Amino acid sequence: MIITDVLCPFCGALCDDIVVEVEKNKIIEVREACEIGVSKMMGHERIATPMIRENGELKETTYENAIDKTAEILVNSLRPLIYGWSSTTCEAHRKGIELAEELGAVIDNTASVCHGPSILAIQNVGLPSCTLGQIKNRADLIIYWGSNQAEAHPRHMSRYTSFPRGFFSEEGRRGKKVVVLDVRKTTTVEVADDFIQVAPGEDYPVLSALRAILAGEENVVPSCVGGVSKEKLIELVEKMKSARFGILFFGLGLTHSRGRYNNVVNAISLVRELNAHTKFVIMPMRGHYNVTGFNQVCTWETGFPFAVDFSRGQPWYNPGETSAVDILNREECDAVLVIASDPGAHFPKKSIEFMAKIPVIQIDPYPNPTTELADVVIPSAIAGIEVEGTAYRMDKVPIRLRKIIEPNHLSDEEILSRVLNKVRERRGE
Amino acid sequence: MKKIDVKLITGRLVEQGIHLENKMSDEYLKAAAVCELNERDMAGLGIRDGGNVRVKSRFGEVVVRARINNDNPAGIAFIPMGAWANRVIDPDTGGCGMPHYKGTDAEVSLSYESIPTIKELMEDVK
Amino acid sequence: MELLIKNGVVYDPINEIRGEKMDICVKEDKIVSKVKNPKVIDANGKLVMPGGVDIHSHIAGGKINAGRLLRPEDGRKGAEPRGKLTRVCTGYSVPNTYATGYRYAKMGYTFVMEPATPPLLARHTHEELIDTPILDNAILALLDNNWMTMEYVKSGETKKLAAYVAWMIKAVKAYGVKIVNPGGDEAWGWGKNVNIDDSVPNFDVTPRDIIDGLAEANEMLNLPHSIHIHCNDLGHPGNYETTLKSFDVVKGRSNANRQVMHATHVQFHSYGGSGWKDFESKVDEIAKYVNAKKHVTIDMGQVMLGDTTTMTADGPLEYGLHMITGRKWTNLDVELETGGGITPFLYSSKVAVNTIQWAIGLELALLIKDPWKIALTTDHPNGAPFITYPIVISLLMNKQKRGEVMANVHKAINKRAILPSIGRELDWNDIAIMTRAAPARILGLDRYGKGHLGVGADADVAIYDVSPEERESKKIQSALLHAKYTIKGGEVVVRDGEIVAVPEGRTYWVNPEFDGESTKDMLGDLTGKFEKYYSVNLANYPVQDAYVPHPVEIKTKV
Repeated sequence: MIITDVLCPFCGALCDDIVVEVEKNKIIEVREACEIGVSKMMGHERIATPMIRENGELKETTYENAIDKTAEILVNSLRPLIYGWSSTTCEAHRKGIELAEELGAVIDNTASVCHGPSILAIQNVGLPSCTLGQIKNRADLIIYWGSNQAEAHPRHMSRYTSFPRGFFSEEGRRGKKVVVLDVRKTTTVEVADDFIQVAPGEDYPVLSALRAILAGEENVVPSCVGGVSKEKLIELVEKMKSARFGILFFGLGLTHSRGRYNNVVNAISLVRELNAHTKFVIMPMRGHYNVTGFNQVCTWETGFPFAVDFSRGQPWYNPGETSAVDILNREECDAVLVIASDPGAHFPKKSIEFMAKIPVIQIDPYPNPTTELADVVIPSAIAGIEVEGTAYRMDKVPIRLRKIIEPNHLSDEEILSRVLNKVRERRGE
Repeated sequence: MKKIDVKLITGRLVEQGIHLENKMSDEYLKAAAVCELNERDMAGLGIRDGGNVRVKSRFGEVVVRARINNDNPAGIAFIPMGAWANRVIDPDTGGCGMPHYKGTDAEVSLSYESIPTIKELMEDVK
Repeated sequence: MELLIKNGVVYDPINEIRGEKMDICVKEDKIVSKVKNPKVIDANGKLVMPGGVDIHSHIAGGKINAGRLLRPEDGRKGAEPRGKLTRVCTGYSVPNTYATGYRYAKMGYTFVMEPATPPLLARHTHEELIDTPILDNAILALLDNNWMTMEYVKSGETKKLAAYVAWMIKAVKAYGVKIVNPGGDEAWGWGKNVNIDDSVPNFDVTPRDIIDGLAEANEMLNLPHSIHIHCNDLGHPGNYETTLKSFDVVKGRSNANRQVMHATHVQFHSYGGSGWKDFESKVDEIAKYVNAKKHVTIDMGQVMLGDTTTMTADGPLEYGLHMITGRKWTNLDVELETGGGITPFLYSSKVAVNTIQWAIGLELALLIKDPWKIALTTDHPNGAPFITYPIVISLLMNKQKRGEVMANVHKAINKRAILPSIGRELDWNDIAIMTRAAPARILGLDRYGKGHLGVGADADVAIYDVSPEERESKKIQSALLHAKYTIKGGEVVVRDGEIVAVPEGRTYWVNPEFDGESTKDMLGDLTGKFEKYYSVNLANYPVQDAYVPHPVEIKTKV
């Protein structure tokens, strides 16, 4: 059986044109997707059954036992942390937020270690942006700053930005200029017209210099800023001003390095000011296929996008205090539920050293470093392959993930729903 | 032993992405337990392409395989984001939730030790 | 389940009941003529009205959520912990979905129209509505800056345009057609804007053509609601002329059941003057027009002095506001369809323009003689959050209270507004019309059981603990903010101002039937648009049934 218009549940580009061939409930071929997408959809090693750690060893058990143990840990915890969410559906997010609310837990999302600082920046200055089709049809200047999309979002350029022909961009690639700014000459640079190498940690002054030049104050700009010559900076500002429609995509190069959210504030401010001269927009290159979705659901349900602490009853939002890495680094929580993410691999050593000391529950389709730390492991069906549901693309366009094959495991939503019921049962509600 | 000071940058690679949800595999280790350095930096350390290096900071250290990437400027070490890189990065969030995944000061030197597997890495934190 | 609401003073304008002491009977989810073994609610000396109907309030969807995300400082206002039945609440001008449902219900409202959904993002709006408790709801789809619309308007293929409108309304589970600054968002795609007779860049149509074309398609499809328009030139001095021109575009059309144009938040479109210095009210001109004509209805878009968040599909307008205030600004252009922007705004009593804006909304309600032509709104949250409705009502009902406010605001109000000269005070019947009967009728929902208490109507009832003679503002405000009872679909959801039940709301959507041949031709054009220009596939575009778990489908025939 051939299934068309399938969404790829991997990165924030959320391609929805994948063709999948299924035979006997098994995916045998994936077309149109990038290498990463093909790899995800063809499948990897799975966690077979629920497990509970006894005397240091994970022992197989039933869903019922694992879910009951999870509820026991959560009910006995004074300050539980619930973390992850970027590789599952919005329907699961809803259940998770309800669970966090009920427990008085802190709920956080992988955004806090990717574009969390971008969200803080947006809360400072806003975000002049658009959907990806707008760029495909109109943009004639495309800038990637601190974003190696060729490695992280391999079809971003071919579907949405540099290559497609659009309504006002019939020439396709020839009618568009592509500029990359990065600290290294990444593979994205190979398909760019211009590369500007910024010294590590110097994005902020480079952005400030661009803003000064745009404001007509180039006399205050020294001959070289952050490894970039003044001439090059002036040339870039001219390119930006003379574009008909410009877009600045930025990646973790801004949020992970010195300055963090301040870099993004500066980048958004630059784009905002460019609107006095021409049409210019900006967009964060969101990583996981539904990290954006979690921020959306959490915002409409709690008022805040991530790092929400329910211990006061009402939501309290203060990243830096209520974000997962900080809570772990301060050794503050006494249990962690991890779902649809892998802090075992992606958090700093200090954070996971503390995770190793407290009860950890993992809900995930795949074994990973977090499994090695987990006391309860609950395997789940793969959202977007075995479960349908909602995901939000990096530009906040919601699309419905398709179910392609029948699962052998419970969905994240179902697992959380059962956990919530068990928690209520244990509390005598 | 010769050492060089570097800024450690962590980030994405296609190969690492392909095995992102397959982390217990040998392929993931091959894709992510890697440190890309400029040829000149490598030569200065007396390391050949594919040899092992120790990457060390105030916050931790790890042994990974060295790989030449001349698109990397001198003084920058690139390790794909993930379990190996995160042994070394600065965990401080500057009060905004985000550790210092890019730009931690580190030193790189030749190593004769083997690259730790995921299991070994996780045993190490327990 | 049966209820008997006994001895209340009933205002049910659709059934011409004007403050009569009588009983209302409820069986299951409907109003009935008698009951056998009811639970009795003593409404003696209290006001009984149909559940409130809000014709225009931005409560759910991408723009609203971008507003919440933009303003954590607003989120911190009004935070409430989880209750036994209720979820957490946050926000004042950008409340979370739960606060939205509970607060409306506490004010006796049971239906809210989300009036501006970009079709591409409709799934998001529906997702939020699922999480908005109690309220029945519907959405209007933005169809005016749309490339398909503009191309059909230009080519004069009205039947294909009607087929497209029908397809889109069905595809995104919408209730009707929304127009926002027609042509303006397409121009904003290049950082520009247009007024009613300007040509839209690259499309060779004018906003006037778009309004007329969509009105024709709307009437051809016999939709329950008329076109619902946010006119060009919003918020600018002297814009009343554009507003009157917009009204005039459809003056030759008619519909036996209703208006053929509903113009929204007309407060923002009733400005005179050549600039901010001589900015003045032109409500006299607007009211003169509306009083004389039958084809147009309006809603207020009242401004209340204080801080709020502005958000509209009018992209260039929000950029302009940001340039005035320097405050943070979010923009979201939506490919082939529409746009949107958000920026916080403080309406200050010390600023002449803001004070005059406050007066203009009230003037509209007081100078338009027939309350059936004007619904009460604040264009939540643009003029003010919906939670201020009780204050707006108390001002409309009490001239002395208005005088007290006017004494403490910028003196420009005395010269450049009309309000100081108006003596009219609205009564409860006027208020019942403006807050339930008229909006239901303008939306065409009165035929589907909303906005009245006749036998067969939905059992949506509000009971307020205030005497019909009461004029004291504080008492009116407190009674309206915390209904004694709100009954939704026959279930008591609010008692003594507190939430006591949290049923899920239903979503009204229209399934318009239209000529198959035109639809087929149109689908050929649409497929081309998706293949070449959209960033999603056509197969993934329509909103799946899962997003409308409690649908009320309204089928229309040509």
